[in-house]
Amino acid sequence: MEALDGNAIAGQLFEYFGNEMTTAFGTCAHCGTRAPIAELVVYARAPGAVVRCRHCGNVVMVLVPVRGELRVYSSAFRMEQGSGANGPSGQHRDEKTE
Amino acid sequence: MARAAISGRLIWRLGRVVELVDETPRCKSLVLELPDWRGHRAGQHVDVRLTAEDGYQAERSYSIASAPEDEHVVLTVERLEDGEVSPYLTEVLRPGDELELRGPIGGYFVWESSQGGPLLMIAGGSGVVPFRAMLRHWAASRRAVRARLLYSSRTLEDTIYRKELERVAEEGADVQLTLTRQWPADWRGHRGRVDRDLLAEVAWPPQQRPLVYICGPTAFVEAVAEALVDAGHEPGRIKTERFGPTGA
Repeated sequence: MEALDGNAIAGQLFEYFGNEMTTAFGTCAHCGTRAPIAELVVYARAPGAVVRCRHCGNVVMVLVPVRGELRVYSSAFRMEQGSGANGPSGQHRDEKTE
Repeated sequence: MARAAISGRLIWRLGRVVELVDETPRCKSLVLELPDWRGHRAGQHVDVRLTAEDGYQAERSYSIASAPEDEHVVLTVERLEDGEVSPYLTEVLRPGDELELRGPIGGYFVWESSQGGPLLMIAGGSGVVPFRAMLRHWAASRRAVRARLLYSSRTLEDTIYRKELERVAEEGADVQLTLTRQWPADWRGHRGRVDRDLLAEVAWPPQQRPLVYICGPTAFVEAVAEALVDAGHEPGRIKTERFGPTGA
């Protein structure tokens, strides 16, 4: 399937983080490349999505709906504070734990 | 935590279809009345959700084609033959019907007049939709910067917003169309794909530091962005949005 970009998951990320996230910058934990979420490579086969670094191709984020609730695993994408990232508790977390 | 205070929930809301406009044989514009719409920026999109009687839901993203200054929110939808959502939106939906959507969404592929220019927009196919919003916003903000659209379409018949683009050209935008599959015998625009030669002719030189927006199918966006970076344009002034069929 064809790869899209981070713009394609803007709605899901807003739903999860409670904020517009595609302008948020982060760094790939695999290769160190810094990019806004909008520029990441997204394979969006609804209802989930796999997100890869545009430079090294490694997976940096996974979106999975579990029983109607979206979960976002993003430990391989180090999001910068204050650049749009605002996790469920006001800071970014790897997984929603409530 | 001031940020948390202003961040809102993205709620699903109902819009009412005011009008449907045939743009091409495969594309329709949906003119929507949305009570309590809190406004949007040119380039943003919405998620549309359809729910079947058995509860099955399908969601798709569509770029907003209207400017923030416009009275109604307009979406332009291209019918995909094997699509789940677009055939309903383009063939079944009628004026007066309600449509569930949420937005506005996205803050990256956005142009506001305060960002300045020159503004260079490069579209492949229905990638022209967010540029209608940007051009209308540009026109409404007194055309303070130069604006240029390079739009690649397969045929003249497939070209979306033809009349509107002619009008915006009369207002001072530079609109350049290239047809890739077939063209009329007396066609005076460009022919063929957007390649390095065409970009060298149409894009401003890198020294003028245009703000570049590229929207279209993935392969189109990547070829154009790569060519512009190779030509010396700053990657940080090039914004891209790729679209394609998504979902099961």
